[in-house]
Amino acid sequence: MSTIGLYNYWIVFFLMMSGLYVVIVSTNLIKKIIGLNIFQTSVFIFYISIGKVRGGTAPILADDITLYSNPLPHVLILTAIVVGVATTALGLALIVRIHTAFNSVDEEQIYTSKDSRD
Amino acid sequence: MEHHIVLRVVAKLLIPIILLFALYVQFHGDYGPGGGFQAGVIFGAGFILYALIFGLQTTKQVISPSFVHGMSGAGVLLYAGVGVISLFRGGNYLDYSVLLSDPVHGQHLGIMLIELGVGITVAFVMVSLFYAFAGYRQIELRKQGSTKQNDVAQASDADPNGKRQ
Amino acid sequence: MVAIVDFALLAGLAVWALGIVHLRSLFGAAMMFGIYSLHCALIFVVLDAVDVAFTEAAVGAGISTVLILSTLAITGAKLEVRHSRAMMPLLITGVIGAALIYASLDMPLVGDPSAPANLHVVPRYLQGSAAEINIPNVVTSVLASYRGYDTLGEVTVIFTAGIGVLCLLGRHSRKRSRRRRE
Repeated sequence: MSTIGLYNYWIVFFLMMSGLYVVIVSTNLIKKIIGLNIFQTSVFIFYISIGKVRGGTAPILADDITLYSNPLPHVLILTAIVVGVATTALGLALIVRIHTAFNSVDEEQIYTSKDSRD
Repeated sequence: MEHHIVLRVVAKLLIPIILLFALYVQFHGDYGPGGGFQAGVIFGAGFILYALIFGLQTTKQVISPSFVHGMSGAGVLLYAGVGVISLFRGGNYLDYSVLLSDPVHGQHLGIMLIELGVGITVAFVMVSLFYAFAGYRQIELRKQGSTKQNDVAQASDADPNGKRQ
Repeated sequence: MVAIVDFALLAGLAVWALGIVHLRSLFGAAMMFGIYSLHCALIFVVLDAVDVAFTEAAVGAGISTVLILSTLAITGAKLEVRHSRAMMPLLITGVIGAALIYASLDMPLVGDPSAPANLHVVPRYLQGSAAEINIPNVVTSVLASYRGYDTLGEVTVIFTAGIGVLCLLGRHSRKRSRRRRE
């Protein structure tokens, strides 16, 4: 891990920006949710990378091991993943209702159908 | 889905193992990787696999929606209840050391109980999420079937349970 | 050798992300997101976060893929419609990305034992856990005992999100909206 240095963070930023790019560019709401999920996972990797200790092992105590990785980011991210899927489900449920109301999941089509209705 | 014999047989073999593994992850979480969150998701995934293969209606007979909704609240209540019990025994909220006379054993008991609460909530929320999405799809299919007569065959073909109700 | 494997694993993750950005088929993007999540779980194992890897493998590759696929089944959406306005967002994400990389130059290297994040409360957790709680998995002891309030909040959020989905898609909301329509 020592030779990598900041490489983890750069990959994280790349993922973060690809998630953001999908959220901005795509007009499809489902694709936007997938983009948000990519963004979210990149933050998870960011936290876990911060908690990594060179030469350490997973934080499960054993007699002959003295160096452990940082368990605190693991705890935060563990709960964040499950909360993430629950909120993703909420977003998808909203999309389903939008589809029922406007018969489309594409932003542009929703706007045009809304304008024609007004 | 009725023709997928391989899927049905493999699922029947796998689902008990998945549920057993979820229980192992739940109660072995103190000693190895695992805990309530993981166990809950695996437990929920077992039921979702069952629903994907045997249909939503059969799954609702196995584990009824009202039971699922009740249990997803019961897990949070169990978690918060452990905190209240520790208040009554003279400690701080969620201080497990006062649960038993030996503080370390009290911590063990408290962690086991609240992990159980987490597991129950996560598992049943996952199942109820799936019920909500799959149930909504059935309604949509039925609505299409009633408005457009020629779509009925297609809708019931896509979901054999849509016809039965 | 290990460094090369780590390098390749992280680069692979970027390739999956590019694939998701590029794909127009929503089904393909959903499936590729499942693979991406599984790949994330691999990286979490490399970074010593076994509990997190466990959760990510079960949630990302399992439940969220199923949920996205069921949304696709309800809405019947297949292809994403592309509107050609890709230059400006590319510029914005490029600038933000460059700013983030510039900011990362001041960060401690990955795996640095003396990084501020590894010095504050964590040694206390690692040392105290054996005597106070006496269970080997420190992640569980921090999750359930030292940060019990935090986890109670998270469980409540999950429960609330479940209620939200039921309000949006459950039986009662449908009955009411149908009555209003009639």
